[in-house]
Amino acid sequence: MKLTKTSTWIAAGAIGLVALTACSSGGDDTADVAASDFPEGSTMAALAEAGTITIGTKFDQPLFGLLAPSGDPEGFDVEIGKIIAGELGISEDGIEWVETVSANREPFIQDGSVDIVVATYTINDERKELVSFAGPYYNAGQALMTLTETDDIESPDDLAGKVVCSVTGSTPAQNIADNYPDAELALFDAYTDCLEPLRNGQVDVVTTDNVILAGYVADSDDEFKVVGEPFTEEPYGIGLALEDDEFRDWINDVLEEIFEDGRWLDAWNETAGTVLPEPDVPTVDRY
Amino acid sequence: MSSSVLYDVPGPRARRLDRILNVTFSVAFVAIAAYVVYAFAQRGVFDDRWKVLWDPPKGQTAADVWTSLAQGLGNTLLAAAIAAPIAVTLGAFVAIVRRGITRRLVTGSATVVTEFARGLPVLMLMLLARLAFGWSPLWSVVFGLVVYNAAVVAEVLRAGLTALPKGQREAGLSIGLSPMRTTLLIELPQAVRIMLPALVSQIVVLLKDTALGYIVSYPELLRKIKINRDYFGDDYVIPLFVVGATLYILINLAISRLATYVERRLRERGKGANPPEIGPAGPIPQSGVGGPPRAEGARAGDPVFGANRPVESQPMPQRYPGESDEEFQRRIGQASSQRASLRANDRTGDV
Amino acid sequence: METFISEFGTIWGGFLATLALAAASAVLSLVWGTVLATMRVSPVGPLRSFGTAYVEIVRNTPLTLLFFFFVFVAPSLGLLVGLGFQWSLAALTLYTSAFVCEALRSGINSVGVGQAEAARSIGLTFGQTLTQIVLPQAWRTSIPPLISVLIALTKNTSVGAGFAYAELVTVQRTLMTENPADALFVFFGIALMYLVITIPLGVTAGRIEKRVAFAR
Repeated sequence: MKLTKTSTWIAAGAIGLVALTACSSGGDDTADVAASDFPEGSTMAALAEAGTITIGTKFDQPLFGLLAPSGDPEGFDVEIGKIIAGELGISEDGIEWVETVSANREPFIQDGSVDIVVATYTINDERKELVSFAGPYYNAGQALMTLTETDDIESPDDLAGKVVCSVTGSTPAQNIADNYPDAELALFDAYTDCLEPLRNGQVDVVTTDNVILAGYVADSDDEFKVVGEPFTEEPYGIGLALEDDEFRDWINDVLEEIFEDGRWLDAWNETAGTVLPEPDVPTVDRY
Repeated sequence: MSSSVLYDVPGPRARRLDRILNVTFSVAFVAIAAYVVYAFAQRGVFDDRWKVLWDPPKGQTAADVWTSLAQGLGNTLLAAAIAAPIAVTLGAFVAIVRRGITRRLVTGSATVVTEFARGLPVLMLMLLARLAFGWSPLWSVVFGLVVYNAAVVAEVLRAGLTALPKGQREAGLSIGLSPMRTTLLIELPQAVRIMLPALVSQIVVLLKDTALGYIVSYPELLRKIKINRDYFGDDYVIPLFVVGATLYILINLAISRLATYVERRLRERGKGANPPEIGPAGPIPQSGVGGPPRAEGARAGDPVFGANRPVESQPMPQRYPGESDEEFQRRIGQASSQRASLRANDRTGDV
Repeated sequence: METFISEFGTIWGGFLATLALAAASAVLSLVWGTVLATMRVSPVGPLRSFGTAYVEIVRNTPLTLLFFFFVFVAPSLGLLVGLGFQWSLAALTLYTSAFVCEALRSGINSVGVGQAEAARSIGLTFGQTLTQIVLPQAWRTSIPPLISVLIALTKNTSVGAGFAYAELVTVQRTLMTENPADALFVFFGIALMYLVITIPLGVTAGRIEKRVAFAR
């Protein structure tokens, strides 16, 4: 019994050591704000007071969210997360990045494991019942990616009898299952897992949002191509706790501000903009 | 029974055949290995992709890569280090309850709980903790490992307890200990000793099962390998995989070796009962991913006459009351010479 | 509850997928495991070493790593295994056969020495001794541990969930994320599906164990 106790304490200490520490590399654009600048009792005040924020993002989306071995995440989502933290007066060192794969974004927000989620997170009505969305800060659309030499797939209507690769619990997978039931789904935990099977012809198509696919195409030396036009609307929002309207409105204000002053475009150009064309500025949806 | 009983001491013809077979198979294995290496080289397995381990691309340093892998290994070991003691304690508790309390309600419910815990995939238990209880990835992994392994440890200890000579329990009860205390003070220490090897090998299982943590995105070693692959691209997966697999195998082999060593030590000291064998005497401890390693030459022997029991486990004589040191030493000497001759006979299979 | 009933078709599909994978790997593992066990007790040195090395390495490798190998590493080594079912089958068979081999070998070790000696004394060769005399008896002792291995195998099919094989856990994850309100119900409903397979196996093992113990 004594053994168990001590080892639990040792373990607890070790957890403290293992906790992800993100070291900052870029410029520090932390806003000079204090907790008192925010309404009493608001989430913003609490976060500014604590000086730390936990942000959920993905670690497997080129251009949007990847984790470098050094422990620094990078990508467009990550930059947006940093800007929001900065507006709360939290420096990059104060951000704890947590990996949220498609299937566990809602649970993480609901149980408070993360304060906000910036993870190519599509705003849709089903999810609005579970979590609250600020944004969108980017509009994507679901598309298809095939090998360069494939020529019999132009649009989702050609998917009958094809093996389509996507991720468990993601919107694209659900969309295919609901609207194109003749396609055979192969589900992994991450979109990157789909690339090797696609290369080997074990799956015919990879489907997810066009921007993510564009990242893969850019990295692939002409092995892959994106076919056809996006066939859905995927507005990316920032997920946060349901009912926290005050926090949501504040994030929406921040987003509108950065659309205006060029910080949003800078973040884009530093990350996804290296490969993708400049996007239209989205309109924040204050539902 | 050692495998050598299955065939005769080779005569000249058999020896020649042996040599021929030895050479043939060795050559065949070497040829296959050489072909595999050649095929790999043809596919460019040995090109500059290995640089990821000392000079990675994308502006990362080798230290970064190794640090991230070390973090993964640290997380793997951490989850195992938290889960193992809890699982053993809990398992012992369940085993004691099942042994010491004979009320049907209690034992019945304990049986149901262990059956449930043993019958569900560990991966699923982790998912339950993550999605339904909303625990952190680390504690979800620990939960899955504990629930499952506690059930296995309980089964292992139960097998150990039932393998003890009946007299132990009777003696305990006869000096006025309650059934519970008999179990705690007399039976359990012996059972733990007998089953120690099985318990140690269960740790290997537990450590391996941490790799199931990918389902709740716990950043253990395998997950870290995947994250690095996502970052650097698919070309670099082979070196990262080789590093990961080597680490796992080395650590687990070390633990397995420890288990075998402990077992041999215990057998050499020749005290205590013989460990119950898989098969007739008790269940083989099972893992979420297969059973634990067994030592070489484990054997059950003849349950009726005790023939073919490993000689080392034959009981040592006890001192009679009022016996002088000399007498006792002489008797021990006799016993050990008997054991020596038995061992010699054992080699020729003449018991 | 509603989810469980309305989605029962999907759940049943997942159950059949799990069962099919478990059954197919069980058959292949038994065959390959028996071959390995024979290697490990054979008079041919290199075969013995191969068997031992195989079992030691596979037994100390996490199953997830084997899956990872077949899906992401093997193709670049020129070894292409089919999607989903096939690579799950390959990984599970390679893995489980090591445990089958060990269960059989302990069974072989429990056969009385006299049996093999008697067989040799009437002039049977190694092959005959093993197949006619020892293995039939070893099987009997090995059945309970083999059943435990099969139970473990059934549960191990769940690792396929992360590797594009749509079995019970895949269905479970999808339904749990789609219907958070019903999550616990879905979880236990699907847990029950596993118990439907594993508990009867466990009970059978216990019974056989008792019978074998007295039949020797």
